[in-house]
Parts: sequence; C-alpha cells; structure tokens
Amino acid sequence: MDHNTLSLFAGIGALLLLASVIGRLLKWRAGSAPHAVIDNLNARINAWWVMVLVIGLAFVFGKYGVIVLFYCVSFYALREFMTLTPTRRSDYPALVAAFYVALPVQYLLIAMDWYGMFSIFIPVYLFLLLPILASFGGDTTRFLERASKVQWGLMIAVYCVSAVPALMTLDIPGYEGRNLLLIAWLILVVQISDVLQYVCGKLFGKRKVAPNLSPSKTVEGLAGGVALATLVGALLCWITPFNFWQAALMALTVNAMGFFGGLVMSAIKRDRGVKDWGHMIEGHGGMLDRMDSVCFAAPVFFHFVRYWWA
Amino acid sequence: MLAALTAFAITSAARLITGARALWLGCTPQPVQRLYFANHSSHGDFVLLWASLPEPLRRRTRPVAGADYWNTPGLRNFVIHNVFNGILIDRQRSEGQDNPLQPVLDALAQGDSLIFFPEGTRNLGDDPLLPFKSGLFHLASAQPDIEVVPVWIANLNRVMPKGRALPLPLLCTLSFGEPLQVLPDESKQAFLERARQALLNLAPKEA
Repeated sequence: MDHNTLSLFAGIGALLLLASVIGRLLKWRAGSAPHAVIDNLNARINAWWVMVLVIGLAFVFGKYGVIVLFYCVSFYALREFMTLTPTRRSDYPALVAAFYVALPVQYLLIAMDWYGMFSIFIPVYLFLLLPILASFGGDTTRFLERASKVQWGLMIAVYCVSAVPALMTLDIPGYEGRNLLLIAWLILVVQISDVLQYVCGKLFGKRKVAPNLSPSKTVEGLAGGVALATLVGALLCWITPFNFWQAALMALTVNAMGFFGGLVMSAIKRDRGVKDWGHMIEGHGGMLDRMDSVCFAAPVFFHFVRYWWA
Repeated sequence: MLAALTAFAITSAARLITGARALWLGCTPQPVQRLYFANHSSHGDFVLLWASLPEPLRRRTRPVAGADYWNTPGLRNFVIHNVFNGILIDRQRSEGQDNPLQPVLDALAQGDSLIFFPEGTRNLGDDPLLPFKSGLFHLASAQPDIEVVPVWIANLNRVMPKGRALPLPLLCTLSFGEPLQVLPDESKQAFLERARQALLNLAPKEA
C-alpha cells in the first residue's frame, strides 16, 4: 500500500473512533434501558469497523483482492434480490445461469481486463439467454415479469456492482498504479453521503422527501448530506486524477445517483412488504441495503472516468 | 464418529447454502418434548429444520420420513438411520398390517421430540399447503401434554426444486409458531383444520 492509501485508512479509522466514542457517550447518557435509535447507531458503527477492515484487507491484495471482495458482494446482493422476488419452478435454469455462470464470468472478464466483453456480457448476452432458458420450462404464467426479475437482479447485483472493481482496468495517464485509490474515493464518498444524510436527517429532518418510498429520507437530510459529502469528495481530490472542481462535480454526480438508487431499491422493498433486504450486516440490514447507492453510482462513475480521463 | 461428522457436514452445508434463519415467533427453543410439524416441499426440509435447532434439542429430535424413499440401501439408509436417527413409516399401507404410526408412537412414549410433515407427501403444486392427513391428530392425542409446534419453512422449494441436482443459494427462513394442543373433545377434523391454519399463518404473504 502506498503512502496515500495508508493516510486515507488512518483518517477513516480516526473518524470511526470518533463515531464510536460519540455512540458510547450517547448510550451512557441515555442510561442502561434499551434505546432503539442509539442501539441501532452503535450497531451500525460496529458494522462499519468490520466493513472497513474487510475492505482494507482486500486492498492489501490489490486488484485481485478487490475483485474477490466484490464478487462476494455481488453474490450476497444477488442472493438477497432473488430471495425477495419470487420466481416459478421453470425459472430454475435461468437462476442457475445467473448464480453459477453470469456472476463468475463477469468477474473473470474484469480480471482479464476485457472491457469489450465485460461491458456487454450481461446487458446483451445474458439479457437474451435468460428468457430463452426460462421459455424451455413451457410455463407462460407472468412470463415477462419473471424474466424481468432475473435480468434486473443480475444488472443491479452483478453488473452494476462489478463497475467498482472494473475501475482497476482503466489506464489513466499520470495516475498509473493508483486505481485502488479511485475505488476508495468512490466508496468513501457514496457511503459517507449515506451516513451524512442519515445524521443530518436525524438532527434536522422535518419534511419527508419521498414518504411513499422511504419514510426515513428527509429534505434536510438529503440537502445537508449531499452538500457535505460533495465537499468531502472535493477535499479528497488529492487521491484522484481530478482537480478540486472536477472532484466536486464527480462527487455531486455519484451522490445524486446514490440517493436515487436508495429510492428505487426502497420502492422494490416496499412493494415486497419488507423493511430490509436481508440481515447479514447488523444494524444496516442486508448487503443490498448497504450497496443500493453504490449500485447506481458505480457504473455512471466508471463510464464518466473512462470517457473523460482514460 | 462417522455419523457425527456426516451430521456436521450436512447441517453446515445446509446452513451455508440457505443462510437458514430460525425465527422463534411463538415459542423459544426449550428442551421440552415437542412435535414440530412443517410444510413439505423438498427432501431437504427436515434437514434444514433439524439444523436450525440448537444442539441439545437436536439430539432428542427425530425426523419422521417415508420408508419408500429412505429405506434404499447405501447412503440414504446410512444418513436416515445413523445420522438423523429417523423414524421410517410405511406410507403404502397393505391389508392386515399393524398401525403404520406404531414406531412413531413408541418414540413419543420414550420422550423423543419429532419432526413431522402432516401433508404426508411433498407438495409440488401451486397451493401453499396440501390437506393434512390424520397422522398429526393421532400423534397429538396419543401424547396430550406434548407441545405441537407449527414451523413454516420458506423458500426451500426454490432452493431445491423437484428433480434438480444443483441447489440455488437462496435464503430460507424457518418460522416457529405458538404451540398447539388437542383440546378436550375436539374432533379430528377441527384439530387438523386449526393446525393447518396455524401453519399457514406463519407463511409469508405472496405478491
């Protein structure tokens, strides 16, 4: 790891330490009785420690570490998505293709640096293959709906998530060997935007921004969170190939996409009658609850960087 | 030794693939004698239910399974007898035979807990639950103080659809409901209907 990566992780560690201290102080002030918001806050902070450690460990192994990490993220996300969207028996071959072919092949293509294939493998080949497989079952009940579910799940959980490790494949002049930092910047900005939206919402939130989709999102939380996270992104321009204003615009873009991603994924959850996608991350819900904003931000970020910088 | 290792391997694999999560909604995992009854859509049903019980309860909980499927020589036979300590019943009852539930009644009298599928066979259709056979009523009334616990197994039919070898890694949940008992002078039909409804109430709502 280079000097910049270490200082970045040291900064994140200091931030988490501060968060943990504040969390403990709040708990101490509230007394020993259970307090839903504070207990959830502390569970979230503890989970953040684990997530940062896992990401740090992946970074130690470089490009392949990040590919394996996001392969796992995609697997858990796809599993949560497919669990929550019911399919029928004749969708089995399409689901087998999604879990056992599309997912590993997509990450293999990224490891091979084959842009021409990993950028169209799922949107073109799998898009056509999955309904073909489903049609062999001979079951026409809600066919279009079922075919869409599998395709959508693959696009969100595998294709969109895989745009994060795909950043490793970009050749950015003057930024050679530092692509890991670009990944760190993207994840940090998008996640801190979620955190700051949550904090601003809890402190100042009054008007709900989308009461039908996500009752916890407020206008104040959105504005404060996105503004602060954009500032964080701009101030971190020293780890990116961007200058200050470019970094600010990029941060604003990924934060906006991240917010909309949260809304869309919430709409799906409400429709299915659940609050969380899963239970694997204590305090946060499932993998998709943590990744919903990254899913929408990463592909746009990847293509912007590729178009203008690579 | 081999049996214990196989048990560990099977339950770990079942949990790894399905992420099985036990929701104790109507009762807690107590070491009391119980008759767990569940919906049946896959051969993996009892394995998952058994795997989701805490270790001390698991040791005294025996699955009731169909002899026609499990009593074939080789791996299946070893697994059902040595690993799960299962009780096999003859589903094709021929003339002049003893009560096919007798081995199950004997196990109950010994104080064992049971895993039982009151539909009698795997449900492969679109209905959430088939009509119950009368076995559940006979077992519950033979041992009136036993807790009859409904357990809904969600999603396992999608993990292992009929006739497919490769399981899909989808998440399963097991919802344990409130224990039932046969009421004094409750008819067979009334009890079976009440038990079926209690099990259906635990099923997640379909879209």
